[in-house]
This record gives sequence, structure tokens and C-alpha cells, in this order.
Amino acid sequence: MDANDRFRNFVRHPKDALQHYKINVPQGLFRTCPKCHAHFYFRKAGHYQVCPDCGYGFRVSAHQRLKMLTKTYQEWDAQISTQDPLQFPDYLKKIKDAQNKTQLQDSVWTGKAKIGDYSVALGIMDPYFIMGSLAPATGERLTKLFERATQQNLPVVLLTASGGARMQEGILSLMQMAKVSQAINDHRQAHLLYLAILMDPTTGGVTASFASQADIIWGEPRALIGFAGRRVIEQTINKKLPRDFQNAEKVLQNGFLDAIVPREQQVAQLQRVLAIFAAQTWRGEQVV
Amino acid sequence: MKESKVSEIMSGARSDSKADMKAIISNLFDDFVAVSGDRVNGDDPAMIAGYATIGDRAVAVVATNKGQELEERLQTHFGSPVPAGYRKALRIMQTAADLNLPIISLINTPGAYPDEQAEAEGQGQVIAQNISKMLQLPTPILTIIIGEAGSGGALALACSDEIWMLEKSMYTVLSPEGFASIMWKDAHLAEQAAELMHINPEWLKEHHVIDKIIPESWLRDDNNQLRRHIIQQLVNFDQLTPTELLNKRKQKFRSL
Repeated sequence: MDANDRFRNFVRHPKDALQHYKINVPQGLFRTCPKCHAHFYFRKAGHYQVCPDCGYGFRVSAHQRLKMLTKTYQEWDAQISTQDPLQFPDYLKKIKDAQNKTQLQDSVWTGKAKIGDYSVALGIMDPYFIMGSLAPATGERLTKLFERATQQNLPVVLLTASGGARMQEGILSLMQMAKVSQAINDHRQAHLLYLAILMDPTTGGVTASFASQADIIWGEPRALIGFAGRRVIEQTINKKLPRDFQNAEKVLQNGFLDAIVPREQQVAQLQRVLAIFAAQTWRGEQVV
Repeated sequence: MKESKVSEIMSGARSDSKADMKAIISNLFDDFVAVSGDRVNGDDPAMIAGYATIGDRAVAVVATNKGQELEERLQTHFGSPVPAGYRKALRIMQTAADLNLPIISLINTPGAYPDEQAEAEGQGQVIAQNISKMLQLPTPILTIIIGEAGSGGALALACSDEIWMLEKSMYTVLSPEGFASIMWKDAHLAEQAAELMHINPEWLKEHHVIDKIIPESWLRDDNNQLRRHIIQQLVNFDQLTPTELLNKRKQKFRSL
């Protein structure tokens, strides 16, 4: 390094050098937690992609999230994709971009997987596919997940992350809430467990249907969980909402979650729950 | 039946003449006994529920209410139910199933009420419960969309065997204003949004979201036409066993 370089020598030219490094820090070297605003070196988020300060679980793609849970899996219904029923302007291009970005045909990954010693039907929504929004293709894949789980006698573990029903497919997106709910009902009637893990964000039509219909519901630390969006509520009541509004911790207090389970504990906790339900022996009433 | 323009549908759906659900109920049914309360923590004036006769048949009725006077409209949040309202509706529907009464739900709501308290009381969670339970009720359910039917707040009363709509009513994933504000950050583009959303009942019928379109005039001609059709539908329901009914309901939503 040239000692006289006014942009690099902090001793001789502190102001210029500071300016230089402010502009030239490589992108992505530091991350900011959207919840507690801590700045940290990106590697500190670790394998599970969580904030080292507050434990918030960052939004990650479904494929990346899958790797945090298991190495043994087999994908189901990977080919289901949209028909663009409203012929919505620029929608197919948006879908194509999302498909390239996430390596998914629509906003959810589903399949059969091993969690520890247990086989489960697993679903993971992808927040990078148009905000994990619920559209007919998503609904179809989720419905099939529960149908296959019912046929194969498997519990379902579903990780949700969604902005709600997808606008570009209009009312048909809304109908998915009923369609998936129905498959969940059949799965429950077969006496099988459904456990949901609500990730950041779980909102709108997803909260108002399958995310809230599980037998056991966990939240991830500081995940946004709610029905109506913050902006809509603030406009309705004409005041600012507190920062912790719709935080998983608050939702737990209000009685809508069973526990907050950080990512690094999820596999162990899932195994405990699955072990309990695998020990189920009571066959229920035989109606004559 | 001629297809209406979206602007006509929007103003027709939101017409003041449709706001007073109490008047619509008393026109449609011979006698109606209202019930109150969700048996958890309150009552919501935006949700009317009770038991009624139509022709010589007993039914249970659940209906969203906007209200006629300003004071009532403020109390009902302009027809937007809070969690207590959805719990009240589900309570009546479950009783109806237990006591073998068909259910008629009448809808005119922009959506579930979005405020801090409703969120804290689990607005999304009660809607999820309504959807799940309604799909399993072993009694016939007929839904008639009178004006607006917005989002999950409407679906929570519309997981039904038959869904009818007035010519100038709308059933949407979100209000056109909300849609425009999400897509283009400008609620004033509601009419363009409505155009793209295909809010016209004909499109919905073509895509099997609804089953029947009802002329606007039926709501006003002393309801004889509408009454006759409802009674006929109840007769049709009588032909099915509960298992057949539930299987048909399941197929209907499975194909969407």
C-alpha cells in the first residue's frame, strides 16, 4: 500500500480514508436484523440463518430451509404450476422470475421426508416466491400433501411463510383456503397429527386457514404472525401500532401458539412430538 | 341476462338499499327469532343470527349486517365482523347441524374488521375455524351474496353447498381498493382493479365459484321469486343424505 494514498491511509488522511471505506465495503458483508436492527458480520447468522442478537429467523428459500431439517427426502408434485386464469398483465413473467429464483414451480415445496427416525409429509412455503402467496397451484400442492399423507398414514409438518392469498389469481386464490382446509379435515379424521411451524411472515388468508388449523402450532422467534396487514390496520384506527404488534411472542401470549421454537431446536423438538404420537395405541370408538 | 359493467356492479353491491340486512331478513322469512352472543366474551352487531321459517320450513340464518342509520353502521364497522361475530355465526351453525336445520347465510361485508383488538382476539384464527367446521356440518348450507363479499371474512360464511349471487354483487379476494393499493399503491385505481379481478358474477359462475345469479329485482318484488327459489332449493336438499351432501360439498371445493 502506498503510504501517501490519501484514500487508504487512515493516519495521514483519516477523513478521506473513512469516506473511501464507507463507499467500498463489499456488499453483503454485514447484515442488519429487520427486527432488532443489530448489525453483524454475515457469517454470524450461521447454518440456521438467525439473528445472533434477538434470535429472529431470517427469510430463507424453501430449498435452503429443507436442508436445515433433513437430508432424506423425496419431492412430491413438483410440476404443478399456474394456469393464469385471469390472464393478468405481466403475471407469467413474474412467475418465470420467481421460478428461476426459487427453483420451485410455485410458492411451496412438498414431499416425504425423514425427521430423525420418523417419516413425515413435509411442506415448506417459500417467501421468495411472490411473498409465498397462496395461489391455486400452491393450494393444489398443499391439498395433495394432505391427501397423500392421509393415504400413507403420515403426520404432516408444514412450515408457513406467506403474505396471504395471491392477488393475480383473484377469487380462485381465496378458494384455496377452503380446498386445503378440507384436506386437513380428512387427514384429522384419519387420526393423524398435523403440526405447523409459522415462520416470518405468516399473514392473511394463510393465517385465516391452514396455518391456524394445525393440532400443534409453533412460531419462530419474532416472526410476524397476523391476519390484517399493519398498514391497513393503522389506516383503519388512525394511529401507529406498537413495534411488537403481531410478533410471535405476542401471539403466544394471546393464546394462539403452543410454543416459540428456535430453528436450532426444531428437529429435536419435532422428534419428541413425533415419538409421542407414534406411541398412539387407542383406536377410538368403533361406531356400529 | 346482460353482463353489467364493473362500475355498475360496484355501486350496486354497495348500494344503501342493501345495507339494512334486518329488513331483508324480515322480507325473506315468515318469522325470525334472533339470538345474541358468542358464548365466549360478547356479541357483535355486525353479525345477525337466529332461527326462522320460510314457507313451512325451519332454517337457521346467519347474516352480516351493515345497518341503516349512521350510528348502527359505526357499531357494525360498516358490516365488518369482529371475532365475536364469527364465533356467534359458528355457534348457530353448529346448533343448526345438531338440530337438523338447514342453514341460510346472507352476505354483505367488505371483509373482517381490521383493528388491533380483532387481531389480538384472533381474527385469522376464528375465520380458519369457521372454514374448517363449516365444511363438515352435516346439514345443507345455502349462501346468498347480497352486496359485497370480501376476502376471508366472507369465505368464513360461504363454505356452502349452494352459493348464489345477486346480479350486482361482488365476491372478491380483497376489496378492489385493497387490491389496487397492494398492486399499485393507489386505492383510487379501484375500478381498474375490479376490471382485472373479474368481479362480474358471470365469470365467477363460469369458474364454478358460485352456482346461480339472481336478478336484482327479486330482492324488491316482495321477495316472492327469491323465496320460491330458496324453498325449491331446500326441497332439493331433502333428496340427499348427509353423506351425499358432504361428498358433493367436498367435490365442489376440491375442483377449485
